Amino acid sequence: MVQVDGHGATASLIQVRGLDKKYKRGSEEIHVLQGLNLDVDQGEFVAFMGPSGSGKTTLLNLLGGLDVPSAGSIVVSGDEITHMSRGKLTEWRARHVGFIFQMYNLIPVLTAYQNVELPLLLTKLSGAERRKHVETALGLVGLADRMRHYPRQLSGGQEQRVAIARAVVSDPTFLLCDEPTGDLDRKSADEIMALIERLVREYRKTVLMVTHDPVVAQRADTTLHLEKGALVEAGQRRRVPAGGVA
Amino acid sequence: MKFRGLIFANLFRKKVRFLLTIGSFALALLLFTFLAVVKSAFSRGTEIAGADRLIVVSRIGLMQLMPISYRDKILAIPGVKAVTHNHWFGGVYQDEKNFFPQFVIDPEYQRRVMTELVVPDDQWNNFLKDRQGAIAGARTAERFHWKIGDRIPIRTTLYGGSSWQFNLDGIYHSERAGGDESQFWLQWKYFDENAPDAVKSTAGWYVVKLDSPDDAVRVAKAIDEKFANSSFETKTETESAFAAYFVKQFGNIELLILTIGSVVFFTLLLVTGNTMAISVRERTSELAVLKAIGFSGRAVLFFVLAESVIIALFGGFLGLVLAYLAIPVIGLALTGLLPPLILSKSLLTLGLGFALFVGGVSGLLPGIGAMRLRVVNALRRV
Repeated sequence: MVQVDGHGATASLIQVRGLDKKYKRGSEEIHVLQGLNLDVDQGEFVAFMGPSGSGKTTLLNLLGGLDVPSAGSIVVSGDEITHMSRGKLTEWRARHVGFIFQMYNLIPVLTAYQNVELPLLLTKLSGAERRKHVETALGLVGLADRMRHYPRQLSGGQEQRVAIARAVVSDPTFLLCDEPTGDLDRKSADEIMALIERLVREYRKTVLMVTHDPVVAQRADTTLHLEKGALVEAGQRRRVPAGGVA
Repeated sequence: MKFRGLIFANLFRKKVRFLLTIGSFALALLLFTFLAVVKSAFSRGTEIAGADRLIVVSRIGLMQLMPISYRDKILAIPGVKAVTHNHWFGGVYQDEKNFFPQFVIDPEYQRRVMTELVVPDDQWNNFLKDRQGAIAGARTAERFHWKIGDRIPIRTTLYGGSSWQFNLDGIYHSERAGGDESQFWLQWKYFDENAPDAVKSTAGWYVVKLDSPDDAVRVAKAIDEKFANSSFETKTETESAFAAYFVKQFGNIELLILTIGSVVFFTLLLVTGNTMAISVRERTSELAVLKAIGFSGRAVLFFVLAESVIIALFGGFLGLVLAYLAIPVIGLALTGLLPPLILSKSLLTLGLGFALFVGGVSGLLPGIGAMRLRVVNALRRV
């Protein structure tokens, strides 16, 4: 269940209360987020929409612990992240967050396998265990046969699938997707969205996604609009069980 | 090391730049090592000087001669074990570029004072019996392909310009690493008989062997006091002080080398630092992604430092290999102009240490920049 009124259950996976974010641009102060509330349960698929500059990516950065809010709190799985030190936040990100970026952001000099393995290098897994995880993740995104390929040898859609494998390989608590289909053609975008939906439906992954594309947003369970620094619910889609018909 | 793949992949991403940086590092280290070898060559005399030896020269200057009678007077001073006297012959073998030092020696005491310069007994005995005999240092003998029994003509530039003939009776080796094996010894009696009257019965300098190094100050003072107010006053100092004084005659070699070395160091620092800075700037977004997925700032700093240290290791190793190959060749070409150039293990270690230090320092600033990189800002730049 997704709520934006600040009255969500305390057991929600993600609880955001009174989130404020201000930027200074020269002498001007920009109030991007103003008292934003959000509750997201595990297994939810939420899309954030809104005009450019409305603060979608800022919200995603705050939820992912990449940025710190001016005020308010973010609690994920019981961890209050807004007051964590930079070091703690880094460790927390490694454990709980999987990032999927618009431009894929793969390391060009590493193979698909090595890119997916990166988050696991921070764990205590052995080489054999890492290999097993990486192969599973790449198999999940349908690129088991492209492990030794470099990003330049892959199509945009394939690159994004590698990025998704990298995001899920360490089994994070939730995924943050910033315009995951923004750089793809419609066919590839559909494939990527199908993959993300599969992660939600089959693996009960919680996904928070920023998008400009209403077609892409429709794939989410809930679409929220950012207006004047706060979230407004735009629509909910009925949850379809795995294997069901939408 | 599980990060090895990431570090090396980044290192080789721009192969041409990597090779050029390695090349410039190697050349700079070759220059640095060469300078260190030259400095070591000049200071070697000081380093290997006998602690129990004094050098007595005329107070007026090194070229001023002293009476040969001083030998017995010095020998009579308590604490003196042995005294030998030397003369600068200053001859030319075949061509002026074939420089090597020729010393007129006192056969009676030479071996008792210069104990580290070893001549086999049979060769020495032949030398003693042969008035025209000569002993050459192993390096000089090798340089001119001399063999024992060879007749060696040396034209004197100081004593009339005539050619003196010598028979090579022996070859000496130095027992001390880096010791001087370039000298050519001839007998004082033969020299004295043929030298101009003004030079007869004189010595250029005396070398005094002490009973104990602890006596050095006292004996030096006693020698100079003994000849004070005479026509030939003396100046006595330890062999190492004399060697240092001798090096100073070439000018301030140490300052010169230090200056050039500093320029090399800072140039290298800038070249490697610039390479690392460009490399880090080019992959700002990649570093941001690494930090986003959970790599700490310190891990990112480690990656950058590891890359610059590896560049330094590659470049340093190549530079040292080049130095190892080039210095003997350069040394041979400069024979006579410079003391023997020896690339010792300690200099190789110093070179490697220098390379690692430069690598570490040059990676530090870009590394700290990467460590402090704000993920949000860096990703926004993409």
